[in-house]
Amino acid sequence: MEENKIITGCKVIIIGGSAGSLYALIQILPEIVKVNSFAIVIVVHRKSSDEQTLEDLLTLKSKLEVKPVEDKVPLLPNYIYIAPSNYHLLFEKEETLSLDTSEKINYSRPSIDVSFESAAEVYGSSLIGILLSGSNKDGTLGLQAIQAAGGTVVVQNPLSAEMPFMPNNAILNMTPDFILNVQEILEFILSVNSTEI
Amino acid sequence: MIEDIELETLINDVYEYYGFDFGSYSKASLKRRVNRIFHLDGFTHFHDFLSKVRTDPEYYKKMVDEITVNVTEMFRDPSFYMVLRKEILPLLGTKPFIRIWHAGCSTGEEVYSMAILLKEAGLLHKSILYATDVNATVLETAKKGIFPLRMIKDYADNYRDSGGQQDFSNFYIANYGFAKFNEDLAEKMVFSQHNLVSDNSFNEFDLILCRNVLIYFDNKLQQRVINLFDDSLAILGFLALGTKETIKYSISTSKYKQIEKEKIWRKIK
Ligand SMILES: C[S@@+](CC[C@H](N)C(=O)[O-])C[C@H]1O[C@@H](n2cnc3c(N)ncnc32)[C@H](O)[C@@H]1O
Repeated sequence: MEENKIITGCKVIIIGGSAGSLYALIQILPEIVKVNSFAIVIVVHRKSSDEQTLEDLLTLKSKLEVKPVEDKVPLLPNYIYIAPSNYHLLFEKEETLSLDTSEKINYSRPSIDVSFESAAEVYGSSLIGILLSGSNKDGTLGLQAIQAAGGTVVVQNPLSAEMPFMPNNAILNMTPDFILNVQEILEFILSVNSTEI
Repeated sequence: MIEDIELETLINDVYEYYGFDFGSYSKASLKRRVNRIFHLDGFTHFHDFLSKVRTDPEYYKKMVDEITVNVTEMFRDPSFYMVLRKEILPLLGTKPFIRIWHAGCSTGEEVYSMAILLKEAGLLHKSILYATDVNATVLETAKKGIFPLRMIKDYADNYRDSGGQQDFSNFYIANYGFAKFNEDLAEKMVFSQHNLVSDNSFNEFDLILCRNVLIYFDNKLQQRVINLFDDSLAILGFLALGTKETIKYSISTSKYKQIEKEKIWRKIK
């Protein structure tokens, strides 16, 4: 792990998670008062009946503005976007988000792999992918795609995750740039783009 | 994943050989769909896939069926159907005749849901439901009104959440794992092939539903389609889109008034 690597030129941080990830997100996101010119996109598995909960919670707690995701909404820095349930979230070259209702992948829609792979295609080395707690193998292929496209990969330390399976599966199948606990993930996000070289 | 340039070649070839223009579909989704069928059908070289598409019209048809996303359900988004039931149908009910267009109806679950609402409101007899899709295979299924029985429990829940009060099993007969919906529901349905990319308006409607179709189109094509709907809507008619779709990038919103929080707009001028 390159502990002191400072990431610059990041345009998007995409965060994926499943069971137990809400707990991590609620510890991380409200602490972010300001980000250095990148968008945060969140893709978590949840029931359609919980649709509003995460948005409402984050809108209430977060200092950053949560932009509701509609099809072809422009992806702008310094906002948070949350993948709606029951759609896959994709990234277009025109830097907009688009949606797709095709088959579930890894029993999930949105699927983390689908969004990570799509973001990697558009953002390449300007992308950071973070995979949090979960009990499903979604996310691993996506992180591999991010790494292959030159992006940076962060995995939550399975020991700090409520459900270690998902981050563990990633670590078994690839070498993340960073393996961090919740507090460290927060510090990491705050450090991104902080020193332009 | 296939390359962008390969996707472009496929789009050009399909246009040249078959006249179908995928050029304005959302690229991210289209690329995944093409990639999926390419691998599912066991191809390893893109040029083999291309020549199969070019030379085998049957395969081309299958490919189009596979890359268009046909996932649908009955009473998808119950709160939307609740608003139709409570707000929209009572307004339409004052008309002597109600013309409805389901654009991109897929296998028809949405059309049968609408017929149930109309029947319950006592309006089905004076309604006509045009249901169109570009994919001829899904239209064949839609015409039959036969849906998998394993889905029915979810549909019955959706129906109830949309304000439905009857026993959902009144609407179909179960047989060998399938539910066949009552024929009186289908009496006012007209199914036909219509391509939103290239075909024009064919009637004037009081309500147009086009849900979860525009997400597959880029901004330019969305604009074309919204304008096609605008040309096809009577004054004071309604346009209903999917829960994450909007008209705001496509047309002057001063012509339309949005109904509550739903993706339903009324044409006001
Ligand atoms: C996801 S389904 C939506 C079904 C239904 N309206 C719903 O919301 O559940 C999308 C449909 O759009 C159709 N479609 C795709 N391209 C089209 C085009 N150019 N013209 C008409 N329909 C098209 C597809 O064949 C598919 O059946």
